[in-house]
Amino acid sequence: MIPAVLEPGGDGATALYIVAFSLFIIGVKRGTHPTTAKQGNLVAAGGMAIAVVTTLLLDGVGNWGLIALGLGIGTAVGVIASVRVQMTEMPQMVALYNGVGGGAVALIAWSEIRNEIAEIEAGHISSVPLDILIPILFAAVVGSVSFWGSNIAFAKLQDLIPTKPLAVPGQQVINAVLLIGIVAGCVSIAVGNDDPSQLTFIGILVAAGLLGNLVVLPIGGADMPVVISLLNAFTGLSAAAAGFALDNVALIVAGTLVGSSGTILTMEMATAMNRSVANVLFAGFGGAPSGGPAGSTEERPHVSIGAQDAAIKLAYADSVVIVPGYGLAVAQAQHAIKEVADELEKRGVTVNYAIHPVAGRMPGHMNVLLAEADVPYEQLKEMEEINPEMSRTDVAVVVGANDVTNPAAKNDPDSPIAGMPIIEVNQAQQVIVIKRSLSPGFAGIDNDLFYEPNTSMLFADAKQAAADVAAQIQEL
Amino acid sequence: MSLMTEITIFVLAAFVGFEVISKVPTTLHTPLMSQTNAIHGIVMLGGLIVLGYADDGLEYVIGTIAVAFGAINIVGGFMVTDRMLGMFSKKPKPKADPDGKGGGK
Repeated sequence: MIPAVLEPGGDGATALYIVAFSLFIIGVKRGTHPTTAKQGNLVAAGGMAIAVVTTLLLDGVGNWGLIALGLGIGTAVGVIASVRVQMTEMPQMVALYNGVGGGAVALIAWSEIRNEIAEIEAGHISSVPLDILIPILFAAVVGSVSFWGSNIAFAKLQDLIPTKPLAVPGQQVINAVLLIGIVAGCVSIAVGNDDPSQLTFIGILVAAGLLGNLVVLPIGGADMPVVISLLNAFTGLSAAAAGFALDNVALIVAGTLVGSSGTILTMEMATAMNRSVANVLFAGFGGAPSGGPAGSTEERPHVSIGAQDAAIKLAYADSVVIVPGYGLAVAQAQHAIKEVADELEKRGVTVNYAIHPVAGRMPGHMNVLLAEADVPYEQLKEMEEINPEMSRTDVAVVVGANDVTNPAAKNDPDSPIAGMPIIEVNQAQQVIVIKRSLSPGFAGIDNDLFYEPNTSMLFADAKQAAADVAAQIQEL
Repeated sequence: MSLMTEITIFVLAAFVGFEVISKVPTTLHTPLMSQTNAIHGIVMLGGLIVLGYADDGLEYVIGTIAVAFGAINIVGGFMVTDRMLGMFSKKPKPKADPDGKGGGK
């Protein structure tokens, strides 16, 4: 048995926690540049090691067998997952991490309330102080919402359930009832804090879980970047709340840091889609915008070309902008596209990549995929940077992107994606769209771009098409 | 620690968080998220603490799962972030194509 050397809440433990959260902040600060980010991550991990060891040395921490079991299982799962996960699957993985993080907080809150109830029964305290009880309730609700909401987000991203918005009849009413029930339960526990009911508490956990499921279920796949960021923010806040309940400064600071990060990303993603967070969360409710997928099923005229034609168009251009989307990730085409870019650069063509903020399924996702394919950092252009260049671009190549290039967002006020900022590829002299078919994207709507006169469709799997085009350019 | 002290810490931490994180470029947002997932693993501390005063079967189970969940966040989060950031830093061969620069056409 390791001797307990630190008093919980004592100066020694607090000092070590301060060192730990300082290292978190330094770590994140180093994350502001690609060259220092890797080192920053190690700094933050060092902070975590200090925080964990400090806690293990606290007086009262015990049940070493179970701690070893939990640590062992968690470490094994974490190692295997992080080594095996493909970069295309990062959104799912982050959704899952959000989920287990929220789940851990909800479980801790449950255990903590049981402990407080036991203290009352033993006569140690007469009632649970509200400055402990309220954070416990907050942590339980937000943690449970995060856990169950993230599970649905994961299932949608993993294609286990349909990614299209799913509406449950009467959902508005059900959600409102759940929310009222949760608030009522919390109030009843807080008012009766001399005898909190564990049954009510479990009811709150269940209701919050249902609410998490029901809120995420109707949200379409294209809105996932917002949802993942928001759940990230939630888990952070729930951790901070757990810190209030447990009087633990490391939890408060680290949780708040995560909460800030999630909040910033949520706002950036919502801005990138020209929608409010409330609109993303509740638009599915009335079924209004997501309902009719612009419906026209009749054939519209379009131009179809082969790899050779595409190669000629590209090879004799001066400037090419590649617009990658999630389809590129699914087809694992990032390396093949890099080959095309290399071939073009050998011929003196300027190649840039236009990255829409929501090009992937989470913030910054596309950048990671292209970095994996060794695309230089400087060639990754943000939307605001590249749009003014579009009219001077000879050929824009859209690979697996759809909704983020749809001119309907600008031209058709009735479109479900109306007002969403897009990469204005239709401004380029010519557009080549590499896509398997004319089928709609995640938003479930037809893309007007495909039918514009300067657009050529190259129907193929993105990876195969890119490889063919690269080969054709080489032969020119 | 008094409630007001805790709220002070919370508010200051929120300002620091916003200040630091708003400087992270879009390119690094995915690693940022997985890194904050890892930092969120700090909740494992809570799991360790409640496991310390667990005294029946249910509490043992709850506490152990909480510790396992936290450990997944910590280990998986930091490792996958490291893997991703490695991809951003391993590009020090900018135009070093085997046959040199292609030159103009």
